[in-house]
Amino acid sequence: MFRIIKKAPASKFNTIILRSIAVLCALVAAMLLMKIMGFDPFELFSQLIKGAIGNKDRIMKTVEKAIPLTIMGLGVLIAFKMKFWNIGAEGQFYMGAFAASYFALHYPMLSPYILLPIMMLAGMLFGGLWASIAAILKVKFGTSETLVTLMMNYIAIKWVSYLQYGPWEDPNGHGMPIVATFSNNAALPTLFGVNVGWIIALVLVAAMFFLIRYTKYGYEISVFGENPQTAKYAGMNNTKILLTSILISGGLCGLAGMIQSSAVEHSINDQMSANMGFTAIIVAWLAQLSSIGVLLVALLFAALVKGGDYIKISMQVPAALVSVLQGIILLFVLGSEFFMHYKIVYVNRKKGKDNREAATNE
Amino acid sequence: MSNSAYVELKNITKAFGLVIANKNINLEIQKGEIHALLGENGSGKSTLVNMLAGIYSPDSGEIFINGKLTKIDSPKDAIKNKIGMVHQHFKLVEVLSAKENIILGQKQGLFIKTKKLSEAIFDIERKYGLVINPDKKIYDMSVGEKQTVEILKVIYRGAQVLILDEPTAVLTPQETHNLFSILHNMRDEGCAIVIITHKLNEVMEISDKVTVLRKGESINTVKTSETTAEELIEMMVGCPISLAIDRPVMPDGIKQTRLSVNNLCVESSEKVKLLEDVSFELKNGEILGVAGIAGSGQKELCEAIAGLQKANAGSIAFDGENILGLSPRAIIKKGICMSFIPEDRLGMGLVGSMNIIDNVILKSYMDSKGIIVDRKAGQKSAENIIKILDVSYADFHQPIRNLSGGNIQKVLLGREIVLGPQLIITAYPVRGLDIGTSYKIYDVLNEEKKKGTAILFIGEDLDVLLELCDRILVLSGGKVMKILDARSTNKEELGMLMLGRKEELSNV
Amino acid sequence: MSDGNNISVAAFLATSVMAGTPILLATLGGIMNERVGHLNLGIEGMMLLGAVAGFSVGCSTGNPLIAVLAAGLAGVLGALIYAIITVTLKGNHVVTGLALTIFGTGIANFYGQKLAHLYLPTSVTAPLSAQPIPILKDIPILGTMLFSQSIYIYASIILAILIYVFYKRTSIGLNAKSVGENPAAADASGVKVDLYKYLSILASGFLCGIAGSYFSLVFLTSWQNNITAGTGWIAVALIIFCTWNPLKAIFGAYLFGALIGLGLMLQNTNMSLFGMKINLSSQILSMLPYIMTIVVLVFITMRKRKGNQPPAWLGNAYFREDR
Repeated sequence: MFRIIKKAPASKFNTIILRSIAVLCALVAAMLLMKIMGFDPFELFSQLIKGAIGNKDRIMKTVEKAIPLTIMGLGVLIAFKMKFWNIGAEGQFYMGAFAASYFALHYPMLSPYILLPIMMLAGMLFGGLWASIAAILKVKFGTSETLVTLMMNYIAIKWVSYLQYGPWEDPNGHGMPIVATFSNNAALPTLFGVNVGWIIALVLVAAMFFLIRYTKYGYEISVFGENPQTAKYAGMNNTKILLTSILISGGLCGLAGMIQSSAVEHSINDQMSANMGFTAIIVAWLAQLSSIGVLLVALLFAALVKGGDYIKISMQVPAALVSVLQGIILLFVLGSEFFMHYKIVYVNRKKGKDNREAATNE
Repeated sequence: MSNSAYVELKNITKAFGLVIANKNINLEIQKGEIHALLGENGSGKSTLVNMLAGIYSPDSGEIFINGKLTKIDSPKDAIKNKIGMVHQHFKLVEVLSAKENIILGQKQGLFIKTKKLSEAIFDIERKYGLVINPDKKIYDMSVGEKQTVEILKVIYRGAQVLILDEPTAVLTPQETHNLFSILHNMRDEGCAIVIITHKLNEVMEISDKVTVLRKGESINTVKTSETTAEELIEMMVGCPISLAIDRPVMPDGIKQTRLSVNNLCVESSEKVKLLEDVSFELKNGEILGVAGIAGSGQKELCEAIAGLQKANAGSIAFDGENILGLSPRAIIKKGICMSFIPEDRLGMGLVGSMNIIDNVILKSYMDSKGIIVDRKAGQKSAENIIKILDVSYADFHQPIRNLSGGNIQKVLLGREIVLGPQLIITAYPVRGLDIGTSYKIYDVLNEEKKKGTAILFIGEDLDVLLELCDRILVLSGGKVMKILDARSTNKEELGMLMLGRKEELSNV
Repeated sequence: MSDGNNISVAAFLATSVMAGTPILLATLGGIMNERVGHLNLGIEGMMLLGAVAGFSVGCSTGNPLIAVLAAGLAGVLGALIYAIITVTLKGNHVVTGLALTIFGTGIANFYGQKLAHLYLPTSVTAPLSAQPIPILKDIPILGTMLFSQSIYIYASIILAILIYVFYKRTSIGLNAKSVGENPAAADASGVKVDLYKYLSILASGFLCGIAGSYFSLVFLTSWQNNITAGTGWIAVALIIFCTWNPLKAIFGAYLFGALIGLGLMLQNTNMSLFGMKINLSSQILSMLPYIMTIVVLVFITMRKRKGNQPPAWLGNAYFREDR
């Protein structure tokens, strides 16, 4: 008979090993699935890798995709550390993009040295405020932030849709529901071929790491995240900590939205997130809420998406494949979480002594 | 009464990871007997009975019911074997009614037969002297009522063996008396009753037989009528212990008023009066005990003084200065050093997942300059605390929740005392701790008292309050019933006051 | 029904019911899921799996019953993955649900590519299209609204009533409810917590799969990428909006359906409703279900009426030997 016993949480080293095994198992399962669907898995994976990092151009595109994912991952991270389940990254992204686009569209002649910072600030502000609504509702009424932020996603997306099909529809768009392209002043400059968002992302990763581990504010977040009662007891201002963190969380997602619309789309539309808001949640979760982990996982996922774009053309594989792969990896890792906190013990009830040994073996 | 046991546990062993909770335990329980299972916290009592209740499975050993070898692998098996357990932490579904909780999990056809059910419940109530409205929702019930529902649940399922885990922890002396008469009724009807407790006086009062557990092993089983409290405590602890607690007498000169609480009122968000017109004075060098049934306002009182709870009216003066309404941080800024050791150690007082250093700096991290946290000072403090209070702590980096309850409390107490407080508020400081650690904590508090610190001691053990404190304040329903001299009162008087009755007792 | 550009009240109500039906079915599934304490954000994924499975089987077998069952079964398989990870392996509900949505959406769209050019045979579409009930269909307004609809509509209403009675008056329903409120209490009472969770989650998968099949077998009778168009997320909203009550879900679903229907109709700016011209953007309209849900959420947490709260243990794992 098998029994489940709770055990002490696994060490950091063991966790990484376990996660890696999970990812490997996921890849094997994915390969089997590909085989069933009629594709050669090895060919597929090599094309995927080739498409992601095969040449300089592709590497740059992969990095470009990793930028918003990293920044949003950090945004989700800081909220999750407070046990504030912000799953509204998608909506905060769009609100940030909306705010930035407003300035881009209405002040196209402004010098980029003024316009771009304004767009960034606007993006962060609107993303932050959008997230704060859920935080305020939680503080005042105790409403579930999971459900509120989820709903706010769709309000934000529909808002952008409305603008796109309505007041912001490009008169020169030949009847297509698109928004006008931004002027060059509204486009982020590039460095080494990729928009400077990558520098921003790296700086933010370092800043977040430092913030959480060494500063008083980071200490307060950790205490609050464990138990708001303890934080209050220690004299911390809970409301201030929560609101500040959620402002930062939404602000980061809004910044990602600004970067995406300014540097990649040069416009705004209701499809541009490509569900990155949800992917960011998974990135943060897979990274176990570590800043550096977010960077690495974001790069991995970005590579997956870029590779997927490539094999869509080279092997006629539907774009949905990337979702399938992401989903499988995630499901396996979620399942492996179990083995980090529990273990299965075989108990033979006939042999008395063996039982004690089996159960006490570590 | 037949000689063969109704329930027999033979050589039961159970371990959790590296901790051996039960080691080769033998236990026999007869029908028509109240059998007490006595032991300190951590002695393995709960683990043992949880195996009878099907919540845990023994690693080795056998269980016999009525002479037959039985396997109890789940609560369902336990119910099948007519074993019913009333847990210390009630297992009731709040949004359902008493009736619905009682038939939960029972086979009873597709539709719930509510009328028949109510009749069956009333039958049981009449038989044993219980009083509960079956349609009342659990969230509307008092603690005593909830416990009655738990008992009803168990009887309804045909329990012949009733196990009660620390049943009087949340009851007043009078409610306890009520419970005991119900148990007597059940015993006389032939039930086997196992009652787990660490309260010696209750063992002496209610049980027929008592089995003592210590550190996972059974020490002895004796007839209650043939033993004494001192014998039992020696079995529990392993050596004779004086039950007396020191009570140093402080010279009157030192006793200035430190804290003055006047007409304090606290209302909940639903306008329920949690504290009403509470007034008292706390002097230097004294221990003022606070007695009351759970939920009488103790929590609100502590938190109001500590700055964690908003008050609606009244004042709290510390050395003459009003501190009511100030946040904990503001109080510290005023130069007042107040220590609050909350009831909820890992929930409020400490951060379980952090190590000792991060916990020790919880109240002082703000003082370092700049935005970086100074962990070096914390390290020194931690080393200090470990030395003074004799905390067994292997690795500075392990999370504090890995420590035993006693060590956790020592760290909490240590952190507060190291700050050199003028006032200490401590709520249920020895809850869940073994006798050795408990007495160490009383010693520490007495040391502080000798230094002139004013101490507010919220406790649940009336015997301890009577021995340790100088004065005792009784709270009932948020009101101060009376403030008595601990040397000249007794448990009965305290019990009556706790229930809100101010009349004199004729046979005190 | 509609004369030229004017849509009558009856027609509008009928459209609301049609639009609301897949929402209702998915919501009923979600309610069963959440009643045992599991927050499932994978509804959209299960619906898409059902949509593609139903369509595929419908095209190849030409049998409507088998097609619908296949859709339900596909939903069950998706739900099974979620159940194994969150019940047995005690995984995080939110992330697992999202993973299921990503995975389910991916598989459905991936497989659906091959079906894009296919059409359902009439042996499938005919029985599933509107089947007016004799006599009842002639009741003014209600007749058009409720009794001249596809069998999906009739089934969804009956299911809602059955599920309501299930939780309110049956002992099995009581046990299931307790699992979501206080699994420790349920366990101590002998309720097989894991079994109830699995069965509820799988049943929920079945309902969501069927909800998805409505799009591919009845509404559009062809396959499109993301054919469910985010209905799964509206269902998540409705579960809260109707405070986990299947009867309220019926009205809520038709209300949300009305909003969607309004939005669809008003995309043509020449249309008028009940003889009035309305000039609201369809996108703004489509925001309303979500805004309304937030308002309801705040309202119920504010008033703290114990009967309307989410199941107390929603989102948490249960492990019996938790010390």
